Amino acid sequence: MYMNRYCLWMFVVLVIFMSPGVELTSGLSGVGRVLLVLSGKGGVGKSTLSVQVAVALARSGLRVGVLDVDLCGPSIPRMFGLEDEAVHQCSGGWLPVQCPVMGAEHNLAVMSIGFLLSSKDEAVVWRGPKKTAMIGQLLKDVCWGTIDWLVIDSPPGTSDEHITLMQELRVMGSERHGALVVTTPQIVAVADVRRELSFCQRTGLRVYGVVENMSGYVCPHCKECNNVFSQGGGEALAQLKDVPFLGRVPLDPALTMALDSGAKGSSFTEALLDSPAIIAVQKLVEQFSGMETGNAM
Amino acid sequence: MMSARKYQYVLTRKISHSPFLRQTKVNPTAAERKRSLPRKFPIAGVEKVICVSSGKGGVGKSTVAVNLAISLSQSEPDKTVGLLDTDVYGPSIPLMMNLSGQVYLNEKKLMVPLVNYGVRCMSIGLLTDPNSPVVWRGLLVMSAVERLLRQVAWGPLDYLVVDMPPGTGDVQLSISQNIPVDGAVIVTTPQDIALIDARKGAEMFAKVEVPVIGVVQNMGSFVCGHCGSETSIFGGGAGAYRLATDMGLQVIGDIPIVPAIAEGSDGGCPVTVSDPDGSVSKAFRQIAVKVALYLSSQGTPTKRNN
Repeated sequence: MYMNRYCLWMFVVLVIFMSPGVELTSGLSGVGRVLLVLSGKGGVGKSTLSVQVAVALARSGLRVGVLDVDLCGPSIPRMFGLEDEAVHQCSGGWLPVQCPVMGAEHNLAVMSIGFLLSSKDEAVVWRGPKKTAMIGQLLKDVCWGTIDWLVIDSPPGTSDEHITLMQELRVMGSERHGALVVTTPQIVAVADVRRELSFCQRTGLRVYGVVENMSGYVCPHCKECNNVFSQGGGEALAQLKDVPFLGRVPLDPALTMALDSGAKGSSFTEALLDSPAIIAVQKLVEQFSGMETGNAM
Repeated sequence: MMSARKYQYVLTRKISHSPFLRQTKVNPTAAERKRSLPRKFPIAGVEKVICVSSGKGGVGKSTVAVNLAISLSQSEPDKTVGLLDTDVYGPSIPLMMNLSGQVYLNEKKLMVPLVNYGVRCMSIGLLTDPNSPVVWRGLLVMSAVERLLRQVAWGPLDYLVVDMPPGTGDVQLSISQNIPVDGAVIVTTPQDIALIDARKGAEMFAKVEVPVIGVVQNMGSFVCGHCGSETSIFGGGAGAYRLATDMGLQVIGDIPIVPAIAEGSDGGCPVTVSDPDGSVSKAFRQIAVKVALYLSSQGTPTKRNN
């Protein structure tokens, strides 16, 4: 009888150890390509553009993850309408929050410190070393699984967060990550973004191109275009630094309000699909993912 | 390996009872924690310090700081005004104030600020190459900001307007904890995303005991240059008012999107200089008056010697 019980236990142990376990790949090991959305200047629309680019990639059938490393101002959860979601844990670490959007029900996942705060008003007032440790965790301990693109939304500047990101990404290999640099047309913005491009050159980070955001506003009453924040700065910067200019994305108040509202499923509904901003983002995604396909051939 | 509970027992009982470590405190009280924070020392020669801040980037802090400093100088000609740019990664003040030239040291080895439009200015942008990025970690940034605060020959100054960088990190903490700030102005756009971050900025000031003078709503509405109709590009126009009511603050200014403001910043001639009688300049002047009124109602501090 004891031998039978012993044999039963041995059998159970053997079954557990010999069965192929379902292991979720954590960290960047399962990630195909990393797109870093950068800008030297704050408020040029990095988060908005990251969200639009991620959705455009996901709609084309690719598996996409969005990582928000802006610890002081995490806007990504609100833009996707996921403010009330919580992060769950698995054996490998944190599970990113799944985000079903129209046309991409199962292939978009999001991770941000915003999900870990107890309330949306809680301020993260941290010095450098704590931020560095948190970013290390966000990069290594999130179970992305196997995805094609990881879009990383960064804070403005070239600070602790960026240095830590570059150190971690260097392990990946330079051919698998690149930067999308965002600016507005103003000279004040371009002056700061010029420094960011120098940072990319110095650290050997490949630049897919420069995007000029908030470029033009079409008045809904008279349909004339107004250059709210001057014009032409982004293209001039791209020429100066010899990087591709990926295009202009105009201001669209309807899209801004949809992303701002934080209501679930409000972003990227049928009504917004013909927004001039989304059409412009679609074109720039085709350009830089076309660069990737061209390289892979 | 010790379990967490046993480790805590060792810390609280065994070590604190050791005759060699009588001073060790494992669980300091709130008062003891407060005593260990850095003490605030005022900047020599500066009477009042005003911080222009926001949680969010790109809402127009630098633009508001520049035009506020010039408006203070215009509305109170007998007072001296300074402008300090603490945005180490993206210093915009040299471009906006049309500052160029070398920064010299005086006989006391202090940096002499550059002057334009009646305002004394200092920025890291004047000390670094405009093409080179400033790729510094927090400690180096804090050290640079400390130098910009203490090693500049401001001279006797009535108002120092400090343009803070976006966010709630090292620089904001260093400034708020090391110098006595007389008032903070929070800038925001009507967008909810910006308001959430502005709220975090206000919460940070509450934590470090800095009084907030009020909220400035920037980019509230846009007037079309062709047909003259008004639209709100960045959300409905009441956002900052809701924030102010929620947090018990007042809205001290409401600036619309006017292309002349951006053009003025880009061209190095702020709108309060190029068009001092226009509606936008009047709006900035009203903010300056409210700020000056708030500061004068605080009372005169003891004279700070040079």
